[in-house]
Formats: sequence, structure tokens, C-alpha cells
Amino acid sequence: MRINLIYPLAIILILLLTACGGTSPNTEANAATTNEETTLTVFAAASLTESFTKIAAEFESRHPEIYILPNFAGSQSIRLQLEHGARADVFVSANTLHADALLAAGLIQPPTIFTHNRLVVITPAHNPAGITTLHDLAQPGLKLVLAGPEVPVGRYARQSLEKLSHPAMFGAAFQTQVQQNVVSEEDTVKGVVAKVQLGEADAGIVYASDVTPAVADALHVIKIPDEYNVIADYPIAVVTGTAKPDLAQQLVDFIQSPAGQKIMTEYGFRTGP
Amino acid sequence: MPLSQNRQTGIKVSSLSGWLIVTAAFLFITLLLIVPLAALLWRSGPGWLSNSWQAPAVAAALRLSLFTATLTTLISMLAGTPIAWVLARYRFWGLGLLDTVIDLPMVLPPAVAGVALLVTFGRSGLVGQYTAPLGIELPFTTAAVVIAQIFVAAPFYIRAAKSGFAGVDIHLEQISATLGESTLGTFWRVTLPLARKALIGGAILTWARSLGEFGATILFAGNLTGRTQTMPLAIYTALQSDINTALTLASMLLVTSLTLLILLRAITH
Repeated sequence: MRINLIYPLAIILILLLTACGGTSPNTEANAATTNEETTLTVFAAASLTESFTKIAAEFESRHPEIYILPNFAGSQSIRLQLEHGARADVFVSANTLHADALLAAGLIQPPTIFTHNRLVVITPAHNPAGITTLHDLAQPGLKLVLAGPEVPVGRYARQSLEKLSHPAMFGAAFQTQVQQNVVSEEDTVKGVVAKVQLGEADAGIVYASDVTPAVADALHVIKIPDEYNVIADYPIAVVTGTAKPDLAQQLVDFIQSPAGQKIMTEYGFRTGP
Repeated sequence: MPLSQNRQTGIKVSSLSGWLIVTAAFLFITLLLIVPLAALLWRSGPGWLSNSWQAPAVAAALRLSLFTATLTTLISMLAGTPIAWVLARYRFWGLGLLDTVIDLPMVLPPAVAGVALLVTFGRSGLVGQYTAPLGIELPFTTAAVVIAQIFVAAPFYIRAAKSGFAGVDIHLEQISATLGESTLGTFWRVTLPLARKALIGGAILTWARSLGEFGATILFAGNLTGRTQTMPLAIYTALQSDINTALTLASMLLVTSLTLLILLRAITH
């Protein structure tokens, strides 16, 4: 019995070990022959998930030989991935901070601002806390969800609240009270949307572009006037060391073309450089 | 004692193939389990001990993690022990199904577990909509952290305890009964002590899994320093801004868990 079991086990183990050593060059070789030439890997900020998926589809329909592989994550995560050797062709961030850091490190080419995003307050469609004005965010006991201060949209939301706390507006007590209402600091803007959409939070502060057609019915939007808003700049850049700089540049150009800008507007972004 | 001799059975690993397998297995596990952990400690550098313990958010996260994981383990043992015993000792219709359903949380992606808990205990959830008017709202509370951990980690204890109880010779229980012990007395004085090792092993698994819980927690309980931000959430949050802080926190969690697990082994053996 013992012998019967040992030999198959040994074979399995040896196979496993050789497989571990053997697969990576194989798959790399496969990728090189099948789609390395025509695949464009794009690292994009999470807030671009819907709009950029549309951009990619449109770009692919104009260039049928090209396949776009998007990787959506928080701007800080995709920056981290690039800094630690991840391969990509195009980098799209939700703020200039991370793009500037990558540029300084020589990891990307000089970026171009291609769109802007602004903040809005969202509540569940049935608005359980009865929020009608921005000042209602200071209601005692309100459940407010923000993105964490490390996340660009979380930092912008705090900047906007600070502007609203100006003595000429709501006053300093406003910011203190709003801060006390924060029940969660989410790691991504999508986390904020989910908590409000499910009705667990009374309100959240997100990008206008996060109120996508898919979730618009479940949400009620309160606009923040421009003077109290924080407008986010979205930079796009070709990654240094890409094997396909021309193809990458074509995508960068397309997103700035009238056709690309039209898609961005459809998803709640503001156009212009 | 020579390494080649099993300390309990005295069986010697003598054949060449046996040695080959053992060596290959050790290499394989070392590379996949131990080297990454060592790399984490190595990469976070020697300064990890001095700097981060003082940060209030870090202390709060570590305290919350240890508190919730321990509470989860205690609740899992309290509720899981009778269930595991029934699963091991009784045969009834639907047993197989029940057994499988209890295992399900282990295969479910934790984020899905978080959504499941939200749509159950959230204020518009299946159960939550009735408790919310009574003032019981679980999301964004420390209780939600514990519930998320019980959901994903209790099955580990139940599974281990079931095997432990199943391994206790039923004749010993019968003898105890014929000597006049009640069912509960038999369980307490015979079954429980004999299954002790399995129960402790299961409790450790549950504790460890609770300590590492991330996905269900952030979805169901949110992420707020001191209230719902456990170590894994603090680590992920730190990762958003500074990988070095994240690595330091991870090393702290690693060393704390290692110390406590070694202590627990020392006490129970």
C-alpha cells in the first residue's frame, strides 16, 4: 500500500516542480507570438472604468487589429504597480500627483491633461436622511461615507468641505460636524458609491463621473457649486520603455480627439485641456 | 533523536524515494510559504519596530484586530462546538447538505461574503429592515467586524471540531453512560478532553483567519480608525499612499500573530 501511494505522489510532485520552472518562459513565448504585437496594456484610474471601457471599444473598432487590455485600480495602486516593474503601455491617472511622481522617476513620458472631473454629493434615491442642501451634511447622526484621505477623491472631498466651511459660507463648525458624521473611509471611490447605492450610507462625496447610467436610478445627486468644488485633472501618458510607443501615442491622441472627448462628456467628465 | 525517525511511531524514512519526496516537499513549501514571509520582513527593513508602534492609528488597528479575532474565536467555539458534535455523532435527513452549507463561506470570495452580510443585516437588508427601526444598525460598527469574521472564519473551527469528535471512540462514551454519566457529563468529561487537540487546532485556524480578514470587513463594516479599521484594512489603506508603511504594518501583524501562536502552543501542549 505504502509503495503504491509513494510513487504517484513523487511523480505528481516532480511534475509540479518542473511545471513551476517551465511554464513562465512558455507562456511568455506564446504571448509574444499571438498578441504581444497588437495588445495595448492600459493602467487606468478606477474612476475611468466605464468611460475608458467605451473609449477602448471605440478605439478597437477603428483599429480592428489592436486589442486593449485595461487594468483599472486606484491611481495610487497603478502607480505602485508601475514602480514595481509592472509592464504597461499607457498610464491614465485621476490626479497629477501620481503622474508627476512617475514622470520624475522617468517611468512615463510627459503627460497631457485630457479631461476634468468634479465632485458631487450623492444620497440613496429614497434619500433616508432627507438631504436637500449641502448644509444638511452636518445633520447630527447622519451616516456619511468618504474615500480615505490617501485616495485622490477623498482628498478632494476634504478640500471641498474645507471651502464650504469658510466663514462666509457655513462656518468652521460645519466641517467639525461633517467629520463626526463620517462612518467609513473607503479605499476606492467605487466603495463609496456601493455603500450609498445599497442605502447603508445616507450620503457620500464622489466624482460626477461615478453617477454612471448603471447606478443613476439608485442615486440622488446634489451639485457642489464650482467655487466650493475641487476640479480633478486627468493626465494620460505613454509609459517609458513600451515596445509600442506609436500605438500608445495613437490611443493618447484618440482620447483627445473630438470623438474621444464626446465619450468623456457622456460619462459626466468635463472636456478641454 | 534522529530526524529520520518519527517520534511517535518510530517509523524510519529510509528509502531513497522517501527522502526525495520529503526533500522536494520541503523545498516547495519553503519557496512558496516561508520565503515570501521572510521577504516581507527583509523588505520592511530593521526600522519597523521602532517607528510605527507609536502611531495612534496603528495601535488602534492592532488592538481592534486582536480584540475582534479573539471574540470571534470565542463565539465560534461556543456556537460551533454543539454543531460540530451533532454533525459528528448524528445521522439525519439533510445532514450532508448542512455540512456542505457550513463549508461554503470558506470558498466564497470574502468580498461576496461582505455583500451577502450587507443585504442581510444592512438597514434595507432582509433582516436589517426589521431591526433598523429598533435602533439596531450593524454596518459601520465593531459588531459588524466580528460578524464578518464569524461568517468567514467559524467554518474552520466547526470543520476541525467535527473531525475531532468523529475521532473519539464512541465506545468510551457508551461506557461513560453505563457508569451513570449524563449525556452532558459524558460530553464534558470524556468527549471534550479527548477531542481537545482538534478543538484547539480549529480555534487557532479560526483566530488566524479572523486576524487576516479583509474583504468582508471593508464591505460590511467599512473602514474607520478605532471602530472598524482592523490591521488588514490599515495595511491596505497604508498601501494607497506609502508601501513602506504598509510593509511595516504587515511585519507587525506577522510578528504579533507568530508570538501569540507560539505562546498558545506552549500553553496547550
